Amino acid sequence: MTCESWQQKIDAYLDAELPEAEARELDVHLRTCASCSSQALTRSELKRSIHLAGKKFVPDPEFRKRIQSSISPKASGRRWGWIVEVGIACAAALLVIFGSLVWVRQSQRQQLVGELTDLHVATLASANRVDVVSSDRHTVKPWFQGKVPFTFNVPELQGSPFELVGGKMTYLDQNPGAELLFTVRKHVLSVFIFKDSPELDRALGSGELMRKLSFNIESWTDGGLRFLIITDATRSDIDDLRGRFVEAAR
Amino acid sequence: MALDRDKANEFEQLAMPLFASLYNLAQWLTQDRSEAEDLVQETYAKALKGFGSFQPGTNFRAWMYRILRNTFLTSRTGLKAARTVSLDDEDDPQSVSPSTTETPESILLARADQDAIQSALQQLPVAFREIILLCDMEEMSYREIAEALTIPMGTVMSRLARARKAMRQLLAEKVQGAQR
Repeated sequence: MTCESWQQKIDAYLDAELPEAEARELDVHLRTCASCSSQALTRSELKRSIHLAGKKFVPDPEFRKRIQSSISPKASGRRWGWIVEVGIACAAALLVIFGSLVWVRQSQRQQLVGELTDLHVATLASANRVDVVSSDRHTVKPWFQGKVPFTFNVPELQGSPFELVGGKMTYLDQNPGAELLFTVRKHVLSVFIFKDSPELDRALGSGELMRKLSFNIESWTDGGLRFLIITDATRSDIDDLRGRFVEAAR
Repeated sequence: MALDRDKANEFEQLAMPLFASLYNLAQWLTQDRSEAEDLVQETYAKALKGFGSFQPGTNFRAWMYRILRNTFLTSRTGLKAARTVSLDDEDDPQSVSPSTTETPESILLARADQDAIQSALQQLPVAFREIILLCDMEEMSYREIAEALTIPMGTVMSRLARARKAMRQLLAEKVQGAQR
């Protein structure tokens, strides 16, 4: 190979881009050729000088900060990310608390409704369904005086499909109350009256119609008392009787 | 399309170490500090936006430089600079003949100092300046240069040879001029 051909390969040789075999051959040639080795030395010096001289411009540190913050997810994403994470954690905690409250309330409600259903069923099964047997509300109401720590009015049933059978003392969750028994077209209705308590209020709420073992149950509060009707009669009968109790309390 | 946080973190970790080098190249291209800052800023914004399409395992440095120079070439300064050199015959490596004044040039080049080299680089057409800087200053391989400039390997070699020849001639003239 001529020196001219070798000199065309010097750049690739210095850039470490010459294939290994050729690089070895050029190595050998450079040891024996003064012209080519001088050429290689000059170019290698120039390459080294450009490497150093090229690093001329240094960016402003402020500019670096600007670029860094423009691409950094820390700048916006991380701050908002933190808020979002805390938000999600709070929402999850609230959901758990709310869920537990709903579950507790649901289970208390189920328990109370179950107990009331038992009381009603026990009454229906009893040979002596009531302790005061009277269709006269003026007889039934005074019977409870001194037996329950509250007083209530029994509605006037004249001209209504309802008949008062009587009443008896009952207990719910160790609290004394009154159980009044009515009939409507052969259906029996128990009306339970208790002093209202936050526990009862939380568990039963107000104005909701519940069902347990096919019995309809309606509950409401009036003047600090908790009323509950439980029966196999229709909803309209329940609403009718409830209306009469509300009216009587006025 | 916004990058998710992991991807944006990955971009930051890959791109920030290249910052000083990209800025230096930007100022070599634009020859102006404020234009260089604009160019770098735009490059980072474009790269961040396009990072989703970056193929992992390919050369990130070459990818970033490609964005930088493409942004530069579409700028006003870049369009003007691109018109100053004809690269018509560069695909033929045989068109590059060794200098006929080798001996005096070698002697002159040995006397070239840093200022002369920087001034010669500044005078070179942009296409020559950038390929010399990528190869000698950034120490990119021919493959990386081909990727960064989106040209074939053969063109890298021929353009580099022409650029170096032009650089040597410019330098020799400078040193000779200074000696007179």
